[in-house]
Amino acid sequence: MIELERVAYTYGGAELFADLSMTLAPGSFHFLTGPSGVGKTTLLKMCYGELIATSGMVRIFGQNSREMDRDQIALARRRIGVVHQDCQFQDHLPMAENVALPLTVCGRQEEADEYLSDLLAWVGLSDQAGQLPPQLSGGERQRAALARAVIMSPEVVIADEPTGNIDWEMSQRLLTLLVELNKMGKTVLVATHDLNLIRAAKTQVSARVLRLRGGQLQAAGAEL
Amino acid sequence: MSDWTSVLVGDPRADRMVPKTGFTVQLTVFSAAAMAFLAVFALALSLATERLADRWSAELARTSTLRISAPQDQIAAQTEAALRVLQTTPGVGSARALSDEEQIALLEPWFGPDLPVASLPIPRLIEIVETGDGFDATGLRARLQAEVPGAVLDDHTRWRAPLVAAADRLRSLGYISLALIGGATAAMITLAAQAALSANAQVIRVMRLVGATDAFIAGAFVRRFTLRAFAGAAFGAISGAAGIFFLPEADVAGGFLTGLGFEGLHWLWPLAIPPLAGFVAYVATRAAAFRRLREQS
Ligand SMILES: Nc1ncnc2c1ncn2[C@@H]1O[C@H](COP(=O)(O)OP(=O)(O)OP(=O)(O)O)[C@@H](O)[C@H]1O
Ligand SMILES: [Mg+2]
Repeated sequence: MIELERVAYTYGGAELFADLSMTLAPGSFHFLTGPSGVGKTTLLKMCYGELIATSGMVRIFGQNSREMDRDQIALARRRIGVVHQDCQFQDHLPMAENVALPLTVCGRQEEADEYLSDLLAWVGLSDQAGQLPPQLSGGERQRAALARAVIMSPEVVIADEPTGNIDWEMSQRLLTLLVELNKMGKTVLVATHDLNLIRAAKTQVSARVLRLRGGQLQAAGAEL
Repeated sequence: MSDWTSVLVGDPRADRMVPKTGFTVQLTVFSAAAMAFLAVFALALSLATERLADRWSAELARTSTLRISAPQDQIAAQTEAALRVLQTTPGVGSARALSDEEQIALLEPWFGPDLPVASLPIPRLIEIVETGDGFDATGLRARLQAEVPGAVLDDHTRWRAPLVAAADRLRSLGYISLALIGGATAAMITLAAQAALSANAQVIRVMRLVGATDAFIAGAFVRRFTLRAFAGAAFGAISGAAGIFFLPEADVAGGFLTGLGFEGLHWLWPLAIPPLAGFVAYVATRAAAFRRLREQS
């Protein structure tokens, strides 16, 4: 689905990592962990074409992201649902319309009428459909972001700190949603530094844990 | 083409993507209305001067005068000769020597009724009525010089040309004004669109993140500005046309002022202004949006 091959990324002069490789096979479940500021969000952004690697190659659905034009990136993003660390909502639109946004921008709003209420019930937000994003709690926003990430039934789901703002119980629920998606065949990649969440996940699904530290990506083993 | 249909038919849900920004929208409507209002007058001016130029050149071109000044005993012979030349000149419909009575009638206002025409060396006048495109004055002069030494051709071009040239110049100025109005409209809409694009950078970012193409994002802005420019221009054009329609009726002899305005089918021209303004807004906003989207990652 998505492959990183000897990827380097540099913000201005500061090199974040120099030689990273990673493969997300179809149907796999990956955690990405590591200290704050190490570059997890940056790595995820390369996976959905928001950032282009300084060197090395990122292949998104087999296409070299450096060679994709703006329309091709847009089309690829329709196949990748992303829960952004800062959610990224349209603050002037009610939550339900935000969730339906991926359908709206590709001219498939009619489908929203079909799925939306089921989807909101699934993330437990049926009563908040009409509220504007700033009126939602942090956890509600993150569940709404997850609903938006999956409304197009994407092949890949990428979640950046999806449990950053929420209590343990809600984290568990969100994790369960992600595991359900993986069981439906979606490829899942979750960045988090919540080790308890990873431990909880490992009882439900066979997840690989990648640790990013000092510019290196390592497979974390049994210590988790 | 699909861009046009989506602009015309529209999709209210896609339209909601971009929050309504009152200020730039009002500016766009206002400037489109003002420009359309001005455009109506520039158009009226251009069309009026065009009519004027046509009328002047048509009326003045119809007739010319040939004057035979020669010693009394040669006038009749030279007049004969001149008429013969004229009969064989292409572009001359008819040529007729004025009678004594007609010449006296022409001179009477200046010299009174008792003018002794017979004893005065008054030149003989030949009235020439032209056909179609008229005759070649230079060629005719050359022939007359050879055969009728006393003939002077007055084809009115001398004083017709500057008038027609002035009218042509005025008409060109009218069209240049129209072009400038169109350009200024495009510039203002570009500025307003850029302001809207900057104000909505985050909205655009979110749309990109969920897989919107540049065409879709641009479309949300293009639709808005096109419709606003169209509405503003419709208001301005109707006001301008009403202003011209209710111009006080000047006397027919009033000449130029009477002519300012639209005649017959020319009233349809102001109707073209709102769609044109919409088209200008469409092109300007689209260009601004695509430029901006390429600059933002
Ligand atoms: N646009 C940017 N320009 C310059 N530096 C940046 C930019 N974005 C991120 N950085 C820097 O890159 C480093 C990695 O940022 P990133 O957001 O990828 O970290 P992270 O691992 O996701 O951290 P966290 O766990 O806190 O979310 C940070 O030191 C950050 O300051
Ligand atoms: Mg991060």
